[in-house]
Amino acid sequence: MRSYPADYELITPGNLDAVLRLLSDEPGRWTAIAGGTEIMVLFGAGKLSARKLVSISPLSELREIFEDEDWISIGSGCSFTQIRRHAGVQRHFPLLAKCASWTGSIANQNRGTIGGNLANASPAADSSPALLAYAAEIELISARGTRRIPYEQFHLGYKKIALAADELIRAVYLRKCPADSFCYARKVGTRNAQAISKICVAATGKLHQGRVEEIRIGMGSVAPAPLHLVGTERVLLGAALNDATIAEARKALLSEVAPIDDIRSTASYRKLIAGNLLEELLREFAAWGDRK
Amino acid sequence: MSARRFSLCVNGVERFVDVPPMARLLDVLRHELGLTGTKEGCGEGECGSCSVLMNGELVNSCLVPIAQAGGASILTIEGVGEQARLHPVQKAFLECGGAQCGICTPGMILATVHLLGKHPRPTQEEIHEGLNGNLCRCTGYMRIFEAVEKAACAMESGAME
Amino acid sequence: MQKERIVGKPVFRKEGIAKVCGAARYIDDFSLPGMIFGATVRNAIPRGRVLNIEFGPGIPWDEFTVVTAKDIPGKNYIALINQDWPCLADGFVNHPQEAILLLAHPDRQLLPLAVAAVRIEYEELPSVHSIEESELQQTIVWGDDNIIKSYVMEKGDVDAAFALPEIVIVKGEYSTGAQEHLYIENNGAIAAYSERDGVTLWGSLQCPFYAHKSLLGVTGLPEDKVRVIQVETGGAFGGKEDYPSMIAAHAVLLAMKSGHPVKIIYDRMEDMAATTKRHPSRARHRTAVTKDGKLLAADIEFCLDGGAYSTLSSTVLSRGTIHSGGPYYWPNIRVRSKAFATNTPPHGAFRGFGAPQSLFATERHMDRVAKAVGLTPEEFRRRNLLRTGETTCTGQVIRQQIDLEGWMESALDHAGYYEKRARFDRENTDSLRKKGIGLAVFLHGAGFTGSGERYLNSLVGVDATAEGRVRVLVSSTEFGQGTNTILCQVAAETLGIDYEVVEMAPADTSVVPNSGPTVASRTTMVVGGLVHSAALGLKQTLIASGLLSEPYTSDAFQNAAKSYIAKHGALCSMSRYQAPPNVYWDDQKYSGEAYAAYSWAAYVAEVTVDLTAYFVTVDDFVALQEVGRVLNPVLARGQIEGGVAQGIGYALYEKVVWDRGLMMNNQMTNYIMPTSQDLPPIRVFFEEIPFEYGAYGAKGIGELPMDGPAPAILNAIAHATGEDFNAIPLLPEDIAERLAARTSIAKEMAAV
Repeated sequence: MRSYPADYELITPGNLDAVLRLLSDEPGRWTAIAGGTEIMVLFGAGKLSARKLVSISPLSELREIFEDEDWISIGSGCSFTQIRRHAGVQRHFPLLAKCASWTGSIANQNRGTIGGNLANASPAADSSPALLAYAAEIELISARGTRRIPYEQFHLGYKKIALAADELIRAVYLRKCPADSFCYARKVGTRNAQAISKICVAATGKLHQGRVEEIRIGMGSVAPAPLHLVGTERVLLGAALNDATIAEARKALLSEVAPIDDIRSTASYRKLIAGNLLEELLREFAAWGDRK
Repeated sequence: MSARRFSLCVNGVERFVDVPPMARLLDVLRHELGLTGTKEGCGEGECGSCSVLMNGELVNSCLVPIAQAGGASILTIEGVGEQARLHPVQKAFLECGGAQCGICTPGMILATVHLLGKHPRPTQEEIHEGLNGNLCRCTGYMRIFEAVEKAACAMESGAME
Repeated sequence: MQKERIVGKPVFRKEGIAKVCGAARYIDDFSLPGMIFGATVRNAIPRGRVLNIEFGPGIPWDEFTVVTAKDIPGKNYIALINQDWPCLADGFVNHPQEAILLLAHPDRQLLPLAVAAVRIEYEELPSVHSIEESELQQTIVWGDDNIIKSYVMEKGDVDAAFALPEIVIVKGEYSTGAQEHLYIENNGAIAAYSERDGVTLWGSLQCPFYAHKSLLGVTGLPEDKVRVIQVETGGAFGGKEDYPSMIAAHAVLLAMKSGHPVKIIYDRMEDMAATTKRHPSRARHRTAVTKDGKLLAADIEFCLDGGAYSTLSSTVLSRGTIHSGGPYYWPNIRVRSKAFATNTPPHGAFRGFGAPQSLFATERHMDRVAKAVGLTPEEFRRRNLLRTGETTCTGQVIRQQIDLEGWMESALDHAGYYEKRARFDRENTDSLRKKGIGLAVFLHGAGFTGSGERYLNSLVGVDATAEGRVRVLVSSTEFGQGTNTILCQVAAETLGIDYEVVEMAPADTSVVPNSGPTVASRTTMVVGGLVHSAALGLKQTLIASGLLSEPYTSDAFQNAAKSYIAKHGALCSMSRYQAPPNVYWDDQKYSGEAYAAYSWAAYVAEVTVDLTAYFVTVDDFVALQEVGRVLNPVLARGQIEGGVAQGIGYALYEKVVWDRGLMMNNQMTNYIMPTSQDLPPIRVFFEEIPFEYGAYGAKGIGELPMDGPAPAILNAIAHATGEDFNAIPLLPEDIAERLAARTSIAKEMAAV
């Protein structure tokens, strides 16, 4: 342990209003801690610069999943365990359930929250590709009120997010899509469990008469922030899923991604695998269309 | 920030500690309460040696600040069984060779207790997944998998008696 | 075979109950009155002069004990084979993370802040960081030529064999990376000092008498004023053979200066960055073979990266050199080997000790030689495997009745090898998931190499307590492998008493004799043999005294022992090592009986190579070995399975990322070992041929399973992909780089 605990403050206001008041009274001075699976790692390594922490894990307001006819909303304080076991999430958003099951280990899933995963702003966040594929919305809350923005506008750059100093992530909203959509997700990590992704992809789509009618693809670890592959989707929309289209899509993908060399992998590997995963998903998409 | 008083229920006993709120649950258990059965292997939630159950859920105690464990019920290896009366999971680990150097064993046993609580008759996949946050460098996991299956059988037949 | 009651049975691990209850006490679980905590300040640069040390602001320095090289009362080195490894760097550093000064303070959590506040200025000097850079000898960083040790081992006339007509010559280069032990318990020690009692050191360690020897040198104290006690040790794998002597010395220096007991516990990042790893290696093979696949000659160059100090590199190199020939009959073989110095933390002992490196090269190469002469891997091996009566590459005659061909066949059967090989060949063509199956056949010498056991001259005792319990007195330590259990089984069996009546004396240098280090797969075979003879002596003493007559019960034995002690004061029997007959070793020529016994194995790995992500999964693993008599089937299986898991990690996952000698991925999240979701079923089979000179017929087992997985897996990958990969760790990035150009996807890409 390389930090000195007495140098840090950690308070636990009993309700959301009290936390928001604190954030609004002293904007930028307080950092929220939920399950601690990121912040406590930094703390242990002597790398946690935030000295004033406010615990949001006891806030029951943030820990519920609501479901109605059109939407499911997931409180930011919901753990990955809660998400992957929720019947509504499993039924309507299997990619998110899958991504949650890939996160860390069982113990980390019990503590880690979706809000923390997003606020940590890692380009490798496990839940991001699924949220991009589902066109999720994200609700931010402060003493000033709430605002809801498309999730893909949440990431502004490397470790930069659209969260004001006085704001918290309140919930993630997912609009239910028709049951007959195609979906695909795959994580390529350093190993099968407890792996930080080298690359992670999730996609949803629909075909109409053999042509791509809808497609949304989210990808992690290939850019400074989780990436919605808008350019690749543009190539695919309206096209038939043949070899030529796939080759075009791979080309478009390469113009969108900008991976780096790091301690876990290389840029050239990530580029290659991004293309391979895209191709795998498109071939599965085509096969799915053929089966229907 | 100076020490504050926190209460927590450890292995069924109410305990009070005066520590800074960011003190790790792991250090509180080991240094304040003398429960050294919980081990530190990595300090970053990767190896699972510090696994305990907090309100029935498996957690890495190195990643839990004490302020988030205030009022919680904690089960450590010392509360699972005693040398004279082993828990079926401990007995199975002993019989199957699930413990070699023993440093991952307390955490591994708590992960198993947690797993068998959720899945009393786990499949192979559920066993592999249930222990995926507990690294063992000695066994290659095979004896541990066998111990989990044996414990599941023992607990099931014990429950029927 | 006589009927044994305890040996061969799966009795429970001696300290097992304490372990499953969390009651086993490891070094960080101990505390002494008045104890304070120690930490180490280390350098960041690879090589250079220390110009200035500054104690930065914000730390109450007057509360700290500070130790530098100047505070060492004795000699400033950790005693191993040579004397070049400083206990504390004295003005000059030769690798990153070298210890420069030591701090102690009562507040454990303050220490990391203090360590970070020490600022050191250097004059940096040129450094070398690979075998290739070191052998160029442009920058000399050790001795006159960067060569820590070299050997030439030669049998027959190699050059003449290569000059023969009608032969096929196959060349290849193979390399292996560093490997981190990743024992789950980090290193640690506690030291106490008083003028009256001298130094007492408790530690997580393999070799109490190694630490003892180093402490004698560092403190300058006489032997009876230095006491080393091993406490429960949470994994070691060789990683706690040499480095704990360093930590012991540091803790002792702080305790002597501060006047308090001092505890030093490394955290994971420090343990990974500063302590030893497996030696990286490079092997170049040139093989002469007849057209019908009979091996004629090998010319092998085998090199290790030893790191900045010599530590154990010469003996690691020795074992690697001798194992270079594999389990084959070579009429002619020459191995030239060298250990080079680099400005990396010294590489050290790791399960296998040089053999996994050289056997990886040999077994990978044999598949390539087979291919070159148009034979299958198994048929080629069949024609060349050693047989009883033939000689190894050191000229050692194989006296044991071995059946390598039969054992290989048996492993292939268990794996369903022939059917799978044919099926994979058929089905791979149209699949993006290529399947392969591969084989490795190998051997591992048990005990110290050559004259090593004679030099060790191990001494073992068995005694009885006043309560009539029996104790095994050895410095051989338990760190998960089962020393306690096996040695107690041997003693109980020999004495004809219950297993429960026998216990281990504490591994305390003031209590137990020096039975040698706990390394080299020697504990069961060599030390177990000595426990057997010491126990026989104890039994004979009791019978000769007239207090006991055969047959007897365990209770009768205990009563007799009690009576004997009441009458004579003590009951103890000692036994000293004697080499088996006909053991002859020439250290100059590197020929003769390299090992008292070899264990043998045939491993088969089945893999899938996913051509979308270039990820390799091991789907099935068969490990068949002949290790002499298996003394405890549960423990023995555990040794094999654990070794195979480490071998799979070595082959496919575990990469140390270096930046000029500094480990960059020194966290468990970035150094990747297999989890419970990453391993295949590991199916273990034993052949048992009792070895005449081992305890109840046992040979060594601990290191053997580390040798085979990597070559078997890479041979399987070669089968799956048709591509030779000759370096480990083999990561998806490496496979992608080579194979991408050949897949249909990439071809289409190229066409775009």
